[in-house]
Amino acid sequence: MTEQIDKALAREYEAGFVSAVESETFEPGLNEDVIRRISEVKGEPEWMLEWRLKAFRVWQEMEEPNWAHVDYEKVDFQAISYYSAPKSMKDKPKSLDEVDPELLRTYEKLGIPLVEQQMLAGVAVDAVFDSVSVVTTFREKLEEAGVIFCPISEAVHKYPELLKKYLGSVVPTKDNFFAALNCAVFTDGSFVYIPKGVRCPMELSTYFRINEQNTGQFERTLIIADEGSHVSYLEGCTAPQRDENQLHAAVVELVALDDAEIKYSTVQNWYPGDEEGKGGIYNFVTKRGICHTNAKISWTQVETGSSVTWKYPSCVLKGDNSIGEFYSVALTRGRQQADTGTKMIHIGKNTKSTIISKGISAGKSNNSYRGLVRMNPGAQGARNFTQCDSLLIGDQCGAHTFPYVESRNPSAIVEHEATTSKVSDDQMFLCQQRGIDPEKAVSMIVNGFCKEVFKELPMEFAVEAGKLLEISLEGSVG
Amino acid sequence: MSNENVLLSIKDLHASVEEKNIIKGLNLDIKPGEVHAIMGPNGAGKSTMGYVLSGRDGYTVDSGSASLAGEDLLDMDVEDRARAGLFLAFQYPVEIPGVSNLEFLKVSVDAQREARGEESLTSAEFLKVAKEACKQVNLPVSFLKRGVNEGFSGGEKKRNEIMQMILLKPKLCILDETDSGLDIDAMQVVANGVNSQRSSERSFIVVTHYQRLLDYIKPDFVHVLADGKIVKSGDASLAKELEEQGYAWLQTEPKEDELED
Repeated sequence: MTEQIDKALAREYEAGFVSAVESETFEPGLNEDVIRRISEVKGEPEWMLEWRLKAFRVWQEMEEPNWAHVDYEKVDFQAISYYSAPKSMKDKPKSLDEVDPELLRTYEKLGIPLVEQQMLAGVAVDAVFDSVSVVTTFREKLEEAGVIFCPISEAVHKYPELLKKYLGSVVPTKDNFFAALNCAVFTDGSFVYIPKGVRCPMELSTYFRINEQNTGQFERTLIIADEGSHVSYLEGCTAPQRDENQLHAAVVELVALDDAEIKYSTVQNWYPGDEEGKGGIYNFVTKRGICHTNAKISWTQVETGSSVTWKYPSCVLKGDNSIGEFYSVALTRGRQQADTGTKMIHIGKNTKSTIISKGISAGKSNNSYRGLVRMNPGAQGARNFTQCDSLLIGDQCGAHTFPYVESRNPSAIVEHEATTSKVSDDQMFLCQQRGIDPEKAVSMIVNGFCKEVFKELPMEFAVEAGKLLEISLEGSVG
Repeated sequence: MSNENVLLSIKDLHASVEEKNIIKGLNLDIKPGEVHAIMGPNGAGKSTMGYVLSGRDGYTVDSGSASLAGEDLLDMDVEDRARAGLFLAFQYPVEIPGVSNLEFLKVSVDAQREARGEESLTSAEFLKVAKEACKQVNLPVSFLKRGVNEGFSGGEKKRNEIMQMILLKPKLCILDETDSGLDIDAMQVVANGVNSQRSSERSFIVVTHYQRLLDYIKPDFVHVLADGKIVKSGDASLAKELEEQGYAWLQTEPKEDELED
């Protein structure tokens, strides 16, 4: 049976192609000059450069963390390139007609048509290719509602006051090694501002694509939901199939002001490496949001890709009555390793958080949940509920749970539930006896296991996520 | 290999589990439309027979043959045997949390239709037949939305098995102690479900410990399975005899007469 499951899990990585796009790529290496050059190609103001250089100096003093339950060959930061952009983007195309058709084709192949007539109705997309944003759709329509949705490199010019105020306000430069690196060398990502009282009329989404070899992608995203506003945002990511590891070190900051709500969903499908663990993306990401009074931030993630994942989307529940949620499905197979979870920091009174984590391990992979729930002394009446479920497929994989709970307020309530189960022979036999293929059976059982999380995804993407899981599980059955 | 009017033909079947011989020379022929009851003491190999025929992992055939409608069963994968028309109603149906009964049923039916080269039913068409099947086994329609067997009572699980049988329309149904753990009312519902599916093309193997199920599902033949083979066969009256006398008198009889129908 195990052998069958493994076979069903061995999949083809459909997004593994390389686009023939001529790029301008920096020589590998990292020093202050490289940072000056990044800032220069982006035409950044002086304050932004200073901010980067300061971060670089902080980073140089830091050490790469090694507490995560992952084992990988360390990145040689002097051996990778920190900027790569299609040459055709140099002239800053004004409309889709001016964008290199090969770039448009790339996104079309990935199922993200950028031509508005073909797009998913009701979803605006910012398409980031290596270090630059290629195009952001539906901007005019969003502007009518006062919503700003643009590449962060453009926001640096257009909305410097918002950036100066909020960039680094949730994830400070010295937060951790990879965040500091990102502050120094980030290239592009999305900027979102929802004005007071506005309900964003569309789903916003950013699609990250790594194409160029030997480069790192350093995405930076900042979402600000002003008082009483509401936004739902989704990111997707893929990369070509290569034997070398590539680094993706992103920082995402969310600011939910009083009574605002941000729903942030991720469907992560970076190249996971081959069966033997060769190649794949290192996904070392810092994501955090701050909730002011009565605000709510909800993280939903479906993680199926990357060879190594190190990611803890978190909520700082600063304002009274604020709410943080984390819904996660992490699937590892082959030799993939994931160390992922969340942090819920309860500061305000009556703050609430919910954590639902579903880890699925197959093949020879390792899947860890790591979470922190902290109740500060002022968190009167705060509550947390955590549920961590692990599903094992086969007998050579690992599932681990590292829950940390710190409670400094006696009135706070923290609940933790955890289960570990296997796709049982009985379940497989029942499905097959009814005529169902072993592969379909595993994917159905796994989908059922993930249901609580999938129902949190925006509708269009719930279907996508289900399909992605199906593809990921192809060949994992025996 | 066999008489063309035979649906299931088992010839001198020997099978083992974890290297222990359980089935030791089983012979059985079943014609379309017949209902055969298999009775026998604990450990005789009754459940094993169902698992061996359906191809469960860990059940090894050592020798002999089994064919369904002329096709070699033992050569097929589990799902192909199911698609060829073999259905096993489980003694202890397993739960699949989060997978709705409706989805599970539709995926099963679709897989079997596809194997037969038929188009899959639309969701609306399927929902209609599924609701109808629910009614037949006296399960509320809300059960279609619940996870497969998730939190079902023993009786609900058994009725759910019969519902699957009704929807899959198999050629041969093996009911593995479907009556175990059922009260009289529940057993009647299950029996009605089974009886509604009896036809001149569909055959049944009813594995049971107790004669009482056979009051509701009238068998054409009754066989006694002991120590891995059929030691006695007869008509429905044999079940009554067993009820009164138990199995001990059979096991003391060493002779192995050919007791086929």
